Amino acid sequence: MKEETRRGTTFTRRSLLKGMVAAVATAISMRPSRDSSAHDFHGYDSNRGVLVDLTRCIGCRSCEVACSQEHGLAPPDGMLENYQPLEPQYRETRRPDHQAFTVVNQYQSPLYDHPLFKKTQCNHCLEPACLTACFVNAYTKTPEGAVIYNESVCVGCRTCMVACPFSIPAFRYDSAFDAQIMKCNFCFDTRLSKGRPPACVEACPMEALTFGYRDELLKIARKRLRDLPGRYHREIYGEFEAGGTSWLYLSPVPFEEAGFDTRVPRQPILHFVKDFLAVVPMVLTIWPGLFAGIYLLAKSNKTADNTTSKEDKSDETIER
Amino acid sequence: MKPLSGNVTDSIGRHTVGGASSQRLLDKVFLGLSRRDYLSQFLANPVNWALSLILAIGIPLLCQRYLFGLQAISHGSQDYPWGVLLGFGLFGMVPLSASGFLLSTTVEIFQRDDFRPIERLALLNGLLGYFFAVVFLLVDLGMPWRLTYPMVVSFGPAAVLFLVAWHVATYLSVQIAEMVPAVSEWADWPGLKRFVKKLTLGLTIAGIILSTLHQGALGALFCYAPAKIHPLWIAPEFQWLHFFVSSIFAGLCMVIVVSWLVRKTMAWRCDHRFLDTLDEITLGLAKGAAMAMITYLVIKIVAIAHDQEWLLLISGWGLYYLLELGLGTLVPLIIFAYGVRHRRVTMVRWGALLAVAGIVWNRLNTVLICYNYRLHQEIPYWKELWVVLTVLSFYFIVYRFFLYRIPVLFEWRD
Repeated sequence: MKEETRRGTTFTRRSLLKGMVAAVATAISMRPSRDSSAHDFHGYDSNRGVLVDLTRCIGCRSCEVACSQEHGLAPPDGMLENYQPLEPQYRETRRPDHQAFTVVNQYQSPLYDHPLFKKTQCNHCLEPACLTACFVNAYTKTPEGAVIYNESVCVGCRTCMVACPFSIPAFRYDSAFDAQIMKCNFCFDTRLSKGRPPACVEACPMEALTFGYRDELLKIARKRLRDLPGRYHREIYGEFEAGGTSWLYLSPVPFEEAGFDTRVPRQPILHFVKDFLAVVPMVLTIWPGLFAGIYLLAKSNKTADNTTSKEDKSDETIER
Repeated sequence: MKPLSGNVTDSIGRHTVGGASSQRLLDKVFLGLSRRDYLSQFLANPVNWALSLILAIGIPLLCQRYLFGLQAISHGSQDYPWGVLLGFGLFGMVPLSASGFLLSTTVEIFQRDDFRPIERLALLNGLLGYFFAVVFLLVDLGMPWRLTYPMVVSFGPAAVLFLVAWHVATYLSVQIAEMVPAVSEWADWPGLKRFVKKLTLGLTIAGIILSTLHQGALGALFCYAPAKIHPLWIAPEFQWLHFFVSSIFAGLCMVIVVSWLVRKTMAWRCDHRFLDTLDEITLGLAKGAAMAMITYLVIKIVAIAHDQEWLLLISGWGLYYLLELGLGTLVPLIIFAYGVRHRRVTMVRWGALLAVAGIVWNRLNTVLICYNYRLHQEIPYWKELWVVLTVLSFYFIVYRFFLYRIPVLFEWRD
């Protein structure tokens, strides 16, 4: 009878534990349902963007200068006078870093008789990989379209740098106490939040950069493709890349010829992580029952084994 | 460590009678030796001289890092945000430390008492491995003083790293609790031991859940870079499974290697229960590891078939991939199969060493060598490598400190 009571209490405790596990599991499985609207999120209607037309850019790098002034960064080095072609060290290899939020690189394609210039900066994705990878929520996608960063919560793990399919976020490695991620913020604080275009767009003398609502920019881009079919490669880079970006590009040659990464997947980067995130609540709910069950089986097996081996031994002694 | 074995008094293996308790504790810390004897055995050991040399250069390098930033000790590459500090320190150390949850599952859940003599070594190996993975993280993080931010200040619960942070923190606490019985025997706190013993089953199951998830999550982290890593090293649907299954044989092989080293260098500290069963246990662990290895090989092939990557195998990267899988997993698997069948324990131990190196190689490939493979190759700055060596030396020192003292390799005699 006493044994019965003890078993009874064990059961209550176990069912209590089970209840707790179920509660945790429900709490976790609630999360995706709350976010389920994110399954068909196609960006904010108010999302601004910039259309970059490579056929118009002459590589003057005025945008680089304007950017560094706007953000109080060191002026870009290398020769900038007289709109001359870039020196070799400024071709192709540069990327935005902690000292420059935008760079213009020069590319030479056999398919085009002029040198090509490509401006690189944060593309302000519609579903940013940096944001989804950040474990302290340091990134925000604003309704205006900018992807901005909050250095006051950043831990410096640099997962955003790994996650960004365009390799944009840069880390200030040269400071122990003021380390942070440095990247283009679409001039959010100073301009975009007030409805004004970013500094680089304003500085462009060739109208290679067009600022506006992303939807409108796509229409403009398609119009150019339609009106001047011989002038452009018939695609808009950024329309679908990584789920779509605020910055869009038109190029006279296939994009890989002008230094674009054309292997960037079309789905948002989060898409590749969802499979694993779905496993988490499964493991949390299935493992406790499974392993508690195995424990009980192993335990009863061992007890049975002990009894049989004792019986075997006693049999042996009897036979002897 | 032969000179020490003669000097160590028997008193450090049991609760001595008499003397103030603080005095007895100090006695245990100094292994029952006088201060002078302790110092002389310390100086007589060439390993200590090598460690001192590493630290003499490494500690100033660490100061440099904390005063002048990561740039002072690494290339500070924008293209390779995770260098060898994390590639080895976090992604390499964590699978090698899976031993704790594996052996506690074997003994406490599967009720395999024949593995009990090595359980505490596996638990200690796990605890210290995780602890030092966090130390590596503290060196590498830009703002290490904000380590607890994902727990208390700002939450990004949809991020894989959020899961890793929470699970590693929780699992570290679980592992500390699992080591409490050994420490409380040593420090003579029987009440604490009795309390923790009651939690064993819960702690063990928590350990399995947390380990499954964060070992897998470390792999899933790379799903954020599906186009940057060479396709052979990234399979978004299977990455977490690859990392989790490989951590199983990584942890088991690490225990084989550590127990081998322990028997060779500190047999004086082991009791007969440990020494007499070690060969049999080694073969048992190898058998388990071999099963994880064959599973790993199959799911690696499944990933290649799923992503249609057969043709990539005959490229240069493909050959490198086959070399990694062959030397790091297939050869140890064959060694284990032969060694277990013919009871060749030494052979099995060499195979385990090869598998441990193979896992570290795989993690370094994923983080560093095959990451951004279309860009330049990052070759770590010597200072970064030296810092890795420095943290590893601290790991070694702390590991040895505990093995000498708390009842891990021997049973406490009351």
